[in-house]
Amino acid sequence: MARNVPAARKATIAGLAWLVGFIIFFPVLWMFLTSFKTELDAFASPPSFLFFDWTLENYSVVQERSDYFKYALNSIWLSVGSTALGLLIAVPAAWAMAFSPTKRTRGTLLWMLSTKMMPPVGVLIPIYLIFRDLGLLDTRSGLIMVLFLMNLPIIVWMLYTYFKEIPVDILEAARMDGATLAKEIVYVLAPMAVPGIASTVLLNVILCWNEAFWTLNLTTSDAAPLTAFIASYSSPEGLFWAKLSAASTMAIAPIIILGWFSQKQLVRGLTFGAVK
Amino acid sequence: MGRIVLEKVTKSFGDVKVIPNIDLLVEDGEFVVFVGPSGCGKSTLLRLIAGLEDTSGGAIRIDGQDVANEPPAKRGLSMVFQSYALYPHMSVRNNVAFGLKMAGETKEVIKQKVDHAASILNLTDYLDRRPGQLSGGQRQRVAIGRAIVREPKAFLFDEPLSNLDAALRVQMRLEITQLHQSLKTTMIYVTHDQVEAMTMADKIVVLNAGNIEQFGSPLDLYNKPANLFVAGFIGSPKMNFVIGPEAEKQNAATIGIRPEHVSILTTEPTDADGPAWPASVGIAEHLGSDTFLYMTVDGIGSMTVRASGEVALKHGDRIWLVPDLTRLHRFDADGLALDR
Repeated sequence: MARNVPAARKATIAGLAWLVGFIIFFPVLWMFLTSFKTELDAFASPPSFLFFDWTLENYSVVQERSDYFKYALNSIWLSVGSTALGLLIAVPAAWAMAFSPTKRTRGTLLWMLSTKMMPPVGVLIPIYLIFRDLGLLDTRSGLIMVLFLMNLPIIVWMLYTYFKEIPVDILEAARMDGATLAKEIVYVLAPMAVPGIASTVLLNVILCWNEAFWTLNLTTSDAAPLTAFIASYSSPEGLFWAKLSAASTMAIAPIIILGWFSQKQLVRGLTFGAVK
Repeated sequence: MGRIVLEKVTKSFGDVKVIPNIDLLVEDGEFVVFVGPSGCGKSTLLRLIAGLEDTSGGAIRIDGQDVANEPPAKRGLSMVFQSYALYPHMSVRNNVAFGLKMAGETKEVIKQKVDHAASILNLTDYLDRRPGQLSGGQRQRVAIGRAIVREPKAFLFDEPLSNLDAALRVQMRLEITQLHQSLKTTMIYVTHDQVEAMTMADKIVVLNAGNIEQFGSPLDLYNKPANLFVAGFIGSPKMNFVIGPEAEKQNAATIGIRPEHVSILTTEPTDADGPAWPASVGIAEHLGSDTFLYMTVDGIGSMTVRASGEVALKHGDRIWLVPDLTRLHRFDADGLALDR
């Protein structure tokens, strides 16, 4: 329903919204600008906002010192691999919880979520030792396993919420029509849950892409993703702000582009079922 | 073929016994309606037959074979849901064809069967639309189309008309009855609407608290209700029940008389009229073809009377009610019907 809001009030609210948006975005913008400064300009006080000598030097130095694409490829492996594995487990799990709940379903869901409340560092040493003994340190497969397990509760929860919105009658109709469980999920449930599944996938890819705790602690070089690439520029020999910014910009560029193109899908998925 | 036999079927949800123990025989080709108040277990019973719920005990035989432990797909039944339950992401054609695809039919067979079903149900022009673009009645037809293409042993309907408006409900009621006449396939139909039950059924199962109160043809139930529950449930307006001295005069704990079996006298009755109850008119509902009169009978209480045509009575009028004693129903203290 349309409400009559005075123009002045509308403008104030819009102005406030832009201000909040700008405050949230500012660090990213600042990083982006710094990546084009010389190291000297990057430290300058007071800092210059736009009027400095723009240079691409940082990018070429960063690319010379470390192979961006090797790290980027690892990031893609990790996020795609752990997301795929997560879906494989989470879709059936969420199906069971949404459509065939038992007395303990609620408790199981809460328990799964509670595992996210523990700080990861609490299990760093046991996991490190297990990885060392199994020869999984600095391997992609090892990291995929860890990231997949870390995010599994979130994937299950999100899918469960989306699946709950789907009328169970439709799945029963498919059963009456002779669909096996697998066909019911593939032909009926999954297509109906596409917005939800898509936003779950996107969120999980983003979480994995940005994950810095396990990727830094369990890799050295072979399986190191872009987070390690960034970290390598905050070295003990001194901070190189401009190069660090250039590395960070390169690291987040792919995920920002992905997010930009999928924002509609993401918003639709995250608010799925909120408005009927 | 579609002969369905239930033997000692029970169903509990946790500690709650929804279906304590049911035996039922549905002959091949019969149109059987399960009717009862909400929560009486009629939908649960249908879902047990469909295989969407597991039984807690007993056997369900379809053409002699116990299917109680078979999945729905193996039972060879089709179901039409109250919510239609169409696949929203598929065209009407694919909705109807889904079951055939699952059965692994060839493309030519599927196309031919879907087109045939569409022509029976007037859906040919809508085959490429999505369910969201259809009206309620059309969606209902698609749901029926999806059920008939599979040529099932029996159709199961779970309150299929309750989401439609009154006019469409009457039309779809006729269409389903016609469908039954042309297909001659067993149909089991769940409804809480006793008009649907009376008009469509070959046989009616009246359910209450998970038990079968009576199983018989619509007119059997109307003429010879087995107990107070069936007597009160079948018929509209409801049967009038009278307890006390008037009932004792008929050697019964309760007597029942249907609103259409009471005649109205506007003048003092004579002995030739038999027993007559003085009453005053409370509310008169004039429907044109009928008049429903809600009366207060002296010494008995409220009573409903259905008079044919227009009756010139209004609030406060004093009249006499004469029950048709040959249509009187007598019940004992346990509510069971006594012989006339």
